[in-house]
Amino acid sequence: MAKPEPLLVCENLTLGYEGKAVVSGLSFSVSEGDYLCVMGENGSGKSTLLKTILKLQAPLSGRITVGGANKSAFGYLPQQTASQRDFPASVREIVRSGCLGRCGLRPRYGKAEKELAEENMRKLGVAPYAGRCFRELSGGLQRRALLARALCAAQRALLLDEPASGLDPEATREMYALIAGLNAAGTTVIMVSHDIAASLEYVSHVLHIGLQKTLFFGAKDEYAASGVARAGAAAGGAKA
Amino acid sequence: MTEVLYKLASYITGHAFVRHALIVTVLVALCASLLGVTLVLKRFSFIGDGLSHVAFGAAAVAAALNLTNNMLLVLPFTVMCAILLLRVGRHSKIKGDAALALCSVSALGIGYLIMNRFSVSSNVSGDVCSSLFGSTSILTLSAGDVWLCAALSFAVIAVFLLFYHKIFAVTFDEDFAVAAGVPAKTYNLILAVATAVVIVFAMRLVGALLVSALVVFPALSAMRVFKSFKSVTVCSVVVAVVCAVFGILFSIAAGTPVGSTIVAVDIAGFLVLGATGFIVRRFRPS
Ligand SMILES: Nc1ncnc2c1ncn2[C@@H]1O[C@H](COP(=O)(O)OP(=O)(O)OP(=O)(O)O)[C@@H](O)[C@H]1O
Ligand SMILES: [Mg+2]
Repeated sequence: MAKPEPLLVCENLTLGYEGKAVVSGLSFSVSEGDYLCVMGENGSGKSTLLKTILKLQAPLSGRITVGGANKSAFGYLPQQTASQRDFPASVREIVRSGCLGRCGLRPRYGKAEKELAEENMRKLGVAPYAGRCFRELSGGLQRRALLARALCAAQRALLLDEPASGLDPEATREMYALIAGLNAAGTTVIMVSHDIAASLEYVSHVLHIGLQKTLFFGAKDEYAASGVARAGAAAGGAKA
Repeated sequence: MTEVLYKLASYITGHAFVRHALIVTVLVALCASLLGVTLVLKRFSFIGDGLSHVAFGAAAVAAALNLTNNMLLVLPFTVMCAILLLRVGRHSKIKGDAALALCSVSALGIGYLIMNRFSVSSNVSGDVCSSLFGSTSILTLSAGDVWLCAALSFAVIAVFLLFYHKIFAVTFDEDFAVAAGVPAKTYNLILAVATAVVIVFAMRLVGALLVSALVVFPALSAMRVFKSFKSVTVCSVVVAVVCAVFGILFSIAAGTPVGSTIVAVDIAGFLVLGATGFIVRRFRPS
């Protein structure tokens, strides 16, 4: 089998806001079909990294190359949604909006897009709530609806910022299994997670960001053997 | 009752200005309510009022420059200001109501300062009044006004129908839309231009007071009852048009001022839908 082409290459990135660096010296690459887990303590810049990859903000320095096919869509699950509390939108409308990248200039959703949205709602168990107002759902169900939306958009890769936050243990397990299933089916996944044990079960690569610098980047097995994981686990244990 | 109806019918068939007023008001109500849903959600409820102050500031500058036709300055300046306000994404530090307040208060302050310094002799207080209540009374619209309004309205409706889903996505979650490959900046700009043009022209035709009411009331009324974007949009258009027609007919029949009558009918509509929403939520079997 040919070596899968790199989907994303980050070289010596410095990330930050308004000229102030949050983390520097980030270098890593993600290939088609990888499952990368980004770890690090609160405030280390994980969410910032995802936003920079999505071009929502520019890196302070360094280079990001997004290769691969000419599909432009990333499925993104933000850590928080900024949208207002009173926004009138049904779950179906929101999940379908994930298909917009596929529509181009077409004004309406096609049959394929509608079916994709229904299928993803079923996968995430929000199909029974399809007609309900998004803002009136519980936090965990909202999270699942947003993940369904991200799945609709994940033509090139899925970028998930703490997908399991706010989910009950059963749903968390299902969520990780579901993401692993998607990855097995070929979707590239970049996931931010604090749940080392659960995510190490499935991921292929790990990027561990420390304060101001990269602590580790490599395959999962090397990570487990390195000291970073134990230190992280200890810190995680101390926090919990 | 039949007498009133007969009188109304004879007014509408007999007087061109009544027909003009009816057409323009309905079209403005339609456009304003279409855009009103996103404006309210983006925290720009008061944009009609804010822009009328900006128009006043521009009028003061035009007077100081001795421009004979101040519309040459006022219209482009106001439209530009509206676009700047609306286009800024959610990453700007000052947004929505705060940015609007900043603009409108600055324009008012600087405008008055300029008037005072240059002791402008022209009819500026008249300009203030006209920017608030419309330069032309609704009942003196010319056929040209009506055609212009119709053309603009159809353009706005077409834009809204073509980009409806994108407008929804960009308003709901801009970051996600960008990630999913939707050129959010472009759609924000399109929306901003459409809104700016509607608000500024409607302001000239029916006045800032009525524009503000037409932006806010239908959207808020619809949100009392409906919970999805589509149903809220449809409902707010229906509410806006029904209230506008009722208001204008009532004002003709009773001889009351058109703008304020429509605002009053909008208030009534808001109360009715608010009560409906309350009852529906109370007694819904769920
Ligand atoms: N909009 C912003 N403006 C300025 N600084 C910011 C902004 N957002 C985040 N930061 C700063 O950037 C740093 C990294 O934030 P980020 O959200 O990327 O952390 P994180 O690794 O995702 O943390 P968490 O685990 O809590 O989600 C933090 O120190 C934060 O204070
Ligand atoms: Mg984060």
